[in-house]
Amino acid sequence: MLVEPIKSRPVYKGITVDPRARRHIFVLEGEGANALLEQKDKLTPAILAETDILYVARGSVGRGYEEALAALDAGSDWTAPTVETLLFRLKVVLGSADMGTRLYIAGTEGFIGQAMQIALDAGMDYSAIPTEHRGSLARRVQCVHCKGITENVTTSPFTCTHCGLSLFVRDHYSRRIGAFQGVIIDAEEPGNVPEPEELYL
Amino acid sequence: MAIVFRQETFRDDFTYRNSPENIRRFPFPFPDDNYMYSVNMEPHVKGAAGTVFENLIDVDEHYISEMADRALVLKADPLRYQALPHMMQAQWDTLELLMEQQAAGYPEHFTLEKNGDRWRWINRPLGIDDTFTFGDLTTLPMEPLEYISRQTQGDITIVDQRDNNLWMDAGMVTTQADWSLDFDVGMNFMEWHGPVPLAHQQGVFERALKFLLNMQLGKPIRRYNWTMTINPRLDTSPENYPKWGKDRTTVTPENVGDKVHLRVEVQTLWRLPRSNALLFVIRCYLMNMSELVTVPKWANRFHRVLGSLPTELVDYKGITRYRDVTVEWLSKYDDGAPTSAGTFPD
Repeated sequence: MLVEPIKSRPVYKGITVDPRARRHIFVLEGEGANALLEQKDKLTPAILAETDILYVARGSVGRGYEEALAALDAGSDWTAPTVETLLFRLKVVLGSADMGTRLYIAGTEGFIGQAMQIALDAGMDYSAIPTEHRGSLARRVQCVHCKGITENVTTSPFTCTHCGLSLFVRDHYSRRIGAFQGVIIDAEEPGNVPEPEELYL
Repeated sequence: MAIVFRQETFRDDFTYRNSPENIRRFPFPFPDDNYMYSVNMEPHVKGAAGTVFENLIDVDEHYISEMADRALVLKADPLRYQALPHMMQAQWDTLELLMEQQAAGYPEHFTLEKNGDRWRWINRPLGIDDTFTFGDLTTLPMEPLEYISRQTQGDITIVDQRDNNLWMDAGMVTTQADWSLDFDVGMNFMEWHGPVPLAHQQGVFERALKFLLNMQLGKPIRRYNWTMTINPRLDTSPENYPKWGKDRTTVTPENVGDKVHLRVEVQTLWRLPRSNALLFVIRCYLMNMSELVTVPKWANRFHRVLGSLPTELVDYKGITRYRDVTVEWLSKYDDGAPTSAGTFPD
């Protein structure tokens, strides 16, 4: 569970199927599949017929959910090979979505952040998009110096994959960027970098 | 009386200094001998001549050099200026307000002539004489907020008001105390204040937000904020922290007077007429310790404030490494006498 009181971090309240929506788009990553699978009793054939599932496994975690999702027999069900391809398809899908569409996002925080960015760019209001955090506590972090984003950060400090600086993770989150803020840890004493701690497994 | 503008730098050789007259008008922010957060907002009304409140938008001897430093920051990092698309009306509101205030306060330096929507803006210190159509983007060399904020001292942000909250949706931020506009743009009031310690628990931000949401046109308000900076560096951004972080380790008992600066922000907030947005002007003033102790009352008081500052605030403000050496240096100038009421010099 994410319990730290970080004011700028979104609150992931969990997903409940909205019976009033005319169309449902579930965007799921890894163990996020469970956010949908655990609501089987609410998924009437009528709802399922208007449901689109976009799913991506997360590394070795979450394998095996493809079959369970396929067994729901939703209107459409697609497993993406990578997060990037899923986001690309989501952009197109939302581009043609109408007013009665409800988008649901579940997975790690970095995944939710990236899918939310696509939704915001499509003109959706973030407060109307149910989200559920599932799986790893890994963070998506933007280097405040070079602006490059490093995915799946589990330690602090960590090395920016773009500029190579040693960054600590500030508890400050930008929805627009979909990431936490990474700040150089040894600016005052160059080279004095503490051992990384596994804070976000 | 015309201001004599100084030629000075805020980087490299750091030639920034305050003239004796400018020291006397420094906005010393401490009304007491100790400090804690408060919702310290007051009406932004004109004050006495010889103070920074003589005019509602203050222009001082550092104007030309500060604008040159801003241009250098933007050249290296254009992301310091950001404006979300729905903020264009608020940008024009801001341009009007800052032109009007500067022209009203300093007619010898700035002139604004309005003929309907056709406006002529003369900025003599920067050698600008432009005629444009108010509301027509194509008649300015850049967006209105960027244009006027390249000609106004202080960081500028515009916050949109909707859903009973405030949203930081535009800004020009080059003289900031360690926060990133690029990261914070689009955030609401609670979100962008997220990293500030102590104040959340005390309900400071809830009260402040409620107050700000109800601000009225023509009744601007102001508050102080402060921190400390090593060397007179305006751009202490997180982006450039690798460049200025080391400065904090360079303070010795011998160089405290020159290196250690009190950094005061006078934040003024204004309701804008057409967009209903709020304009935040965050004006930074720097004064080194040698300059500060030329005013005996400030020497006494600042020594006591700094010595009694709670540890969380010492850490948050980033002054841990040099607080003690500075307090020790200041102690030589504290005669132990009670300080008089108010913030102004005796």
